[in-house]
Amino acid sequence: MTEKTDVVIIGAGPVGLFAVFELGLLNIKCHLVDNLDKVGGQCAELYPEKPIYDIPSRPVVTGQELTDELIKQINPFKPKFHLNQQVEKIAKTEYGWIVETNIGTKVEAKCIVVAAGAGSFVPRKPPIENIENFENKNVFYAIRDKSIFKNKKILIAGGGDSALDWTNELSKDSNVTLIHRRKEFRAAPDSVSKMQELETKGKIKFLKGQIKKISKIQDSRIILEYESDDEKSNIEVDYLLPFFGLKMELGPIAEWGLNLHENLIKVDTEKFQTSTPSIFAIGDINWYPGKLKLILSGFHESALMAQEVFKYCFPDKKNIFRYTTSSKELQKKLGV
Amino acid sequence: MPKLIITDRSGKKSEIEYDSNFTLMETLRDNGYDIEASCGGCCACATCHVYIDEKWTNKLKNMDDDEESMLDQAFDVKKNSRLSCQIELSEELDGLEVEIAPE
Repeated sequence: MTEKTDVVIIGAGPVGLFAVFELGLLNIKCHLVDNLDKVGGQCAELYPEKPIYDIPSRPVVTGQELTDELIKQINPFKPKFHLNQQVEKIAKTEYGWIVETNIGTKVEAKCIVVAAGAGSFVPRKPPIENIENFENKNVFYAIRDKSIFKNKKILIAGGGDSALDWTNELSKDSNVTLIHRRKEFRAAPDSVSKMQELETKGKIKFLKGQIKKISKIQDSRIILEYESDDEKSNIEVDYLLPFFGLKMELGPIAEWGLNLHENLIKVDTEKFQTSTPSIFAIGDINWYPGKLKLILSGFHESALMAQEVFKYCFPDKKNIFRYTTSSKELQKKLGV
Repeated sequence: MPKLIITDRSGKKSEIEYDSNFTLMETLRDNGYDIEASCGGCCACATCHVYIDEKWTNKLKNMDDDEESMLDQAFDVKKNSRLSCQIELSEELDGLEVEIAPE
């Protein structure tokens, strides 16, 4: 089934969220797609509790507060979110564009707005030689079906929430060893104490060290060489689950034929349109002479982009500029 | 101007001048070194990982918990690993030797 809307915004970070507001004031409806399981982009994923000091009129606001308030601000426009998925393909249609995600969501829209920041968040893969040959067989960076691990021997690597939560969870039905470079963990204290309790009871094993090599042995098992205080050891397991957080990469956007400037999308500074008409780029992902990667620049870019998107969505209508402070009609849209 | 001695990922050593109002990460990036620093320097990722020459490790301010925790997301972490965004340069660091960690 293909859904239809006016604009698909790729990326639900602060700039993508604010674009919903600027477009909404012009009666333009939006869907947003984001690879994370939550909205807010880097603000929510990388630094939710860290302070930002350069948002006009907010002497200090945390990444999460900024996200929460943007969501409140755009709520009257009822955007639809497609989270946990990445836009893979776009194709031109008579209506505009059809956008398809890696899990098969299809949305047709007049325009596409790329607000993808530094790109998609994807799992950080350990730099172990040949690890890619084992991915999705012995090595998983995310767990979709935990039943495959039942009664198996598993090595979990990392010291954050994912590593600890999965150690605790999988220890119920599997033989789990946790490997981390130190005995301290930055996961939630509850998960850490639970893991330590399991270790004391002998339900899981803990190894201090860092994985250096991976190789295959018979019976589809793998051997991992790890180093601890300059000493090398081996461990043989069925599965390795590395949890080293997320990193950002441009991903499929690079293949859409948009003109790029060092991995950023070139736009003009009047409409923030890319080299392909009706595809726009705003926020950290775009480039133009003088570009500054600031959230406030992205907000400005959203407002100007919306003026041009209006022409694609309502080619026969005139766009009359109005202020929210004085326009009754805009206030009605905002429900105030 | 004080100098830093930087070894890049290919092993090439060079001297760069620095201004002590900046962090090591900012200085490396400004000099064209391939440092991702995706969070922009707020100690929320581990993509500005460097090794500090052992001679200098005790001349730097100690790592705080935040930095030590973020290093959990880096690879090939060694005793002299640091996140360069957390190193504030000062005149006393003239001659500091730094190696950029693998990606």
